[in-house]
Amino acid sequence: MDNLLSLVTFLPMIGAAVLLVFLRGNDAVAVLNAKRVALAVTVVTFLASLAILFQFDPENTGFQLVEEAEWIGGLTYKLGVDGISILFVMLTTLLMPIVIGASWKVEHRVKEYMIAFLVLETLMIGVFVSLDLFLFYVFFEAGLIPMFLIIGIWGGKERVYASFKFFLYTLFGSVLMLIAMIAMWLEAGTTDIPTLLTHQFSSGTISILGWQIVGGAQTLMWLAFFASFAVKMPMWPVHTWLPDAHVQAPTAGSMVLAAILLKMGGYGFLRFSLPMFPVASFAMQDFVFFLSVAAIIITSLIALMQTDMKKLIAYSSVAHMGFVTMGIFTFNKQGLDGAIFQMISHGFISAALFLAVGTIYERMHTREIDAYGGLVVRMPVYAMIFMLFTMGNVGLPGTSGFIGEFLTLAGAFQANTWVAAGATLGVILSAGYALWLYRRVVFGDLIKESLKHINDMDTREKWLFAPLVVATILLGIAPGLVLDIIGPSVDVLVENFNMATAHLLDAAPAATGH
Amino acid sequence: MPVIILFAPLIGALVAGFGWRLIGEQNAKFFSTGLLFLAAFLSWIVFFRHYEVAETITIMRWLESGSLSVDWAIRMDRLTQIMLVVVTTVSALVHLYSIGYMKNDPQWGVGESYEPRFFAYLSFFTFSMLMLVTSDNLLQMFFGWEGVGVASYLLIGFYYKKPSANAAAMKAFIVNRVGDFGFALGIFGLFLMTDSINFDDVFAAGHELSQVKMEFLGLTMNAAGILTLLLFIGAMGKSAQLFLHTWLPDAMEGPTPVSALIHAATMVTAGVFLVARMSPVFEYAPGTLAFVTVIGASTAFVAATIGLVQNDIKRVIAYSTMSQLGYMFAAAGVGAYQIAIFHLFTHAFFKAMLFLGAGSVITAMHHEQDMRNYGGLRHKIPKTFWAMMIGTLAITGVGIPLTTIGFAGFLSKDAVIETTFAAGTAAGSYAFYMLVISAAMTSFYSWRLMFMTFYGDPRGDRSTHDHAHESPLVMLIPLLVLAVGSVFAGMLWYPEFFGDNVGDWFASSVYVNHETNTVIHDAHYVPKWVKISPFVAMLGGFLAAYYFYIRNPNAPKALAKRNPGLYQFLLNKWYFDELIDLVVVNPSKKLGTFFWKKLDGKIIDGALNGLAMGIIPWLTRAANRWQSGYVFTYAFAMIIGVGAILTWFVFTRGAQ
Repeated sequence: MDNLLSLVTFLPMIGAAVLLVFLRGNDAVAVLNAKRVALAVTVVTFLASLAILFQFDPENTGFQLVEEAEWIGGLTYKLGVDGISILFVMLTTLLMPIVIGASWKVEHRVKEYMIAFLVLETLMIGVFVSLDLFLFYVFFEAGLIPMFLIIGIWGGKERVYASFKFFLYTLFGSVLMLIAMIAMWLEAGTTDIPTLLTHQFSSGTISILGWQIVGGAQTLMWLAFFASFAVKMPMWPVHTWLPDAHVQAPTAGSMVLAAILLKMGGYGFLRFSLPMFPVASFAMQDFVFFLSVAAIIITSLIALMQTDMKKLIAYSSVAHMGFVTMGIFTFNKQGLDGAIFQMISHGFISAALFLAVGTIYERMHTREIDAYGGLVVRMPVYAMIFMLFTMGNVGLPGTSGFIGEFLTLAGAFQANTWVAAGATLGVILSAGYALWLYRRVVFGDLIKESLKHINDMDTREKWLFAPLVVATILLGIAPGLVLDIIGPSVDVLVENFNMATAHLLDAAPAATGH
Repeated sequence: MPVIILFAPLIGALVAGFGWRLIGEQNAKFFSTGLLFLAAFLSWIVFFRHYEVAETITIMRWLESGSLSVDWAIRMDRLTQIMLVVVTTVSALVHLYSIGYMKNDPQWGVGESYEPRFFAYLSFFTFSMLMLVTSDNLLQMFFGWEGVGVASYLLIGFYYKKPSANAAAMKAFIVNRVGDFGFALGIFGLFLMTDSINFDDVFAAGHELSQVKMEFLGLTMNAAGILTLLLFIGAMGKSAQLFLHTWLPDAMEGPTPVSALIHAATMVTAGVFLVARMSPVFEYAPGTLAFVTVIGASTAFVAATIGLVQNDIKRVIAYSTMSQLGYMFAAAGVGAYQIAIFHLFTHAFFKAMLFLGAGSVITAMHHEQDMRNYGGLRHKIPKTFWAMMIGTLAITGVGIPLTTIGFAGFLSKDAVIETTFAAGTAAGSYAFYMLVISAAMTSFYSWRLMFMTFYGDPRGDRSTHDHAHESPLVMLIPLLVLAVGSVFAGMLWYPEFFGDNVGDWFASSVYVNHETNTVIHDAHYVPKWVKISPFVAMLGGFLAAYYFYIRNPNAPKALAKRNPGLYQFLLNKWYFDELIDLVVVNPSKKLGTFFWKKLDGKIIDGALNGLAMGIIPWLTRAANRWQSGYVFTYAFAMIIGVGAILTWFVFTRGAQ
């Protein structure tokens, strides 16, 4: 099928349109139908996306399943996947049915809720499959809107503040990115990503207002992209929108935010910053390393002190994304493999953790850690599942969380031992905050009157966790399932990067590390 | 066969953990115990095989990223064989013992099923430990390393309703993570320097590593030196050596069989195993080895001093364990890896027995653990008494000086002390004196435990003493088996570990650089006074304990009164916990709050809000309009409109 990628991308959108046009009324039947349609659409999308996986040849490191067409205003519509993007597509399509399933108890504006999520899915997949600069931009930015609505309409008490904070932060980065994209288009004369990947952007030192800018145009464009991706990741210190957004977002919104939306920043680094601006990336390595390690240590310490479960996990997400940016900017095989793996793994684990919080929030309507304690007495299955993902979060070997952390750290050690040591410190801290959270919520005797009649997970909830449990363990024991797919593409990325920066290594050996 | 040994406990764990509702609690317990006995039986068969060079059984591919390539695999050689029998034998006996010990645990209410969970954890622990000892690369070893850490965490916190148990469990995990910090960095460093983390490649590079320098945290150092040091930090955490030891005494919150298996015989010895396993690299790092000896000897000493004054029966044995682990490291540090493993081997028997014996006493006394409330129990529980007696004779090192006849601890501990002397280095001499002094203290606190528990008049609650009863057979059989081991393990395998066969028997599993390291050979020719000194120390300790606790029971109190400072210092465990809280824990919390409230809240968000001030009026208006609901319909219409156009293009023109 020639339009496979388009089909997978727009299926959810079509589902949304169907809901918008055909679903009438607000009675129980209509509400249930809205949920059923959304679930069916996301499941079908996932099944269709499996076809992408089957047709994909990992050994071919170019873009595959490419589609190209003219689009409005002389722009080009071009889609395709390679080893770096395909698994993000799979992650999205796999998680969306779980996200919809997690929303089964939503009561307020169900139809619009489902539409928002379906539209969001299309936009997220679009980001990962776009092979045209402006098409990418459209998807990347449009994704803000449904997420903004999800937080702003179905969120908690402070939802308006949180949603605007989210919106403003990300919009700020986006504007800079758009300017850089226009500059790229002007210089290279095309918006075609595969062509841009082979274009060498000028990197001679330029001087602006007396400032010498190493890497020249590359550095300026790199910085503009960085502004956008760093906010999306989010990297320290532009992360403060995330805890608020997570706390206010509904469970499903938090799942999507942590599992998929955060990955767009990392994907952006891999797709644009590294291959297109290698000289600038090289020059900025220490800068990114500093921010990454700062994120890992500072946000882990902050997580330690949280009293709100969702905030704690949100801060832990920032720390885990610190491993990703660190891994990407090692520019070596292990670091990059690890960064991508960490993103996939974090997709499963963070989704599961937010789902776990949602599970008890649905029962008790509070996220305060102090309101819980001793849940294991009444909820043994929940305790076990929460334990598994807590361990995944702290990077226990045997779970997928370990592989990502281990590879990024092994990569970082080759680049700079300070960075590796600093980030490894985060591994200790993560054990601290994660186990402390678990102890306060799940362990202890159940003495709080309000918890005396809390029920363990029902069948629906167990089924929601099942795929996440399987993925977390399976990828921990057989990480080849991911690494074999991304491996060849990462090899090429590393190779090209080294070629582009070889002259810098000879000129300034001190630049790689201390 | 090794594959069956490895996976039998895993199956046991899964069946007991998940399948007990199907097959019933009783069957789940018996099933996992049976599988462990099978594993132990097969391990003993494997034990008598001989591997001239290590044999590798690959199970499946694990991690592959560039030149980093690691399999799930089993490495069979003498070191693995020894660890296999130690782990599976003690584990099988502890499983059996637990059938009796965990029954009718008063911590749980009626109808609460806790036993299958306990057996699942025990079996899972055993599986992780076996993964650790059979590994043929550093990554799988790390898997086992962290796996036993989790099992230990779950079992220490087994009584999850008790806050103290939860705190102890967390402490164990986090302190171990501090050690793992070093271990992980060591692995990264070895990968950087040798381009592999498989043992065969790393071992082959041992000599080379000592010839090159590497940069670490701004310092340029000998590669072998810095890498072994990092690995040893991991060993310090797991084996509760000084500064990273505070979790071990607290770990006694776990049920007593757990203390016997994990916190005495197996997991805590993993650090010693690590040093022996990595001997091809350690052997080229004399600086690290000296450090290992000093830390080991100091730990042996400090732990023994604390053990002198503790009143909780399990804590005494815990400090004794920590102290004995120090002995093992002291031996490993002078290059006598085989001796370290020898002591590990015999220690597993008598220390597991002491713990299980203590468990039997605790059951008899209705979960009273304070020895001040014991006394005169030898008539009430004679079988337990005799088991404990054998354990005490073994740990204090009773035997006939200048011969090889004696209890297990006599042969292995004396071997440790002799090798430290034979090393002839400054670190070795320091270790020798510390260890001899510690031997006296070991004898003192061990006999103190015996005298306070089994001799004298009954103290404490009268009715508890009246109802004290001997343990059931399932608990006594493991004691009997371990007693046999405690008596004979040293004598039987003396030639292999320390005698004439040591080179042949260990084959290539432990690397000794014969040009520089002849310590095991030399240890046989140390002066007579050196050979007799541990015996004299042991005798001195015994006599002192006899005087203080039998002849003159008021003497300890008087002594404590005369030296209140020293007594409090020891009773409070050298204030290590307080020190760590002061230096690490509290500053971390303060920093966390500072970063959160000040940095995130005031500075970053403050700046952002200031920036946003200009558009806030606009924001409010938008927000108001928001709730009218219209905006949001429009927004959707827009998105769907864009989507529709896209879709239309795709399906009409995309195919062209």
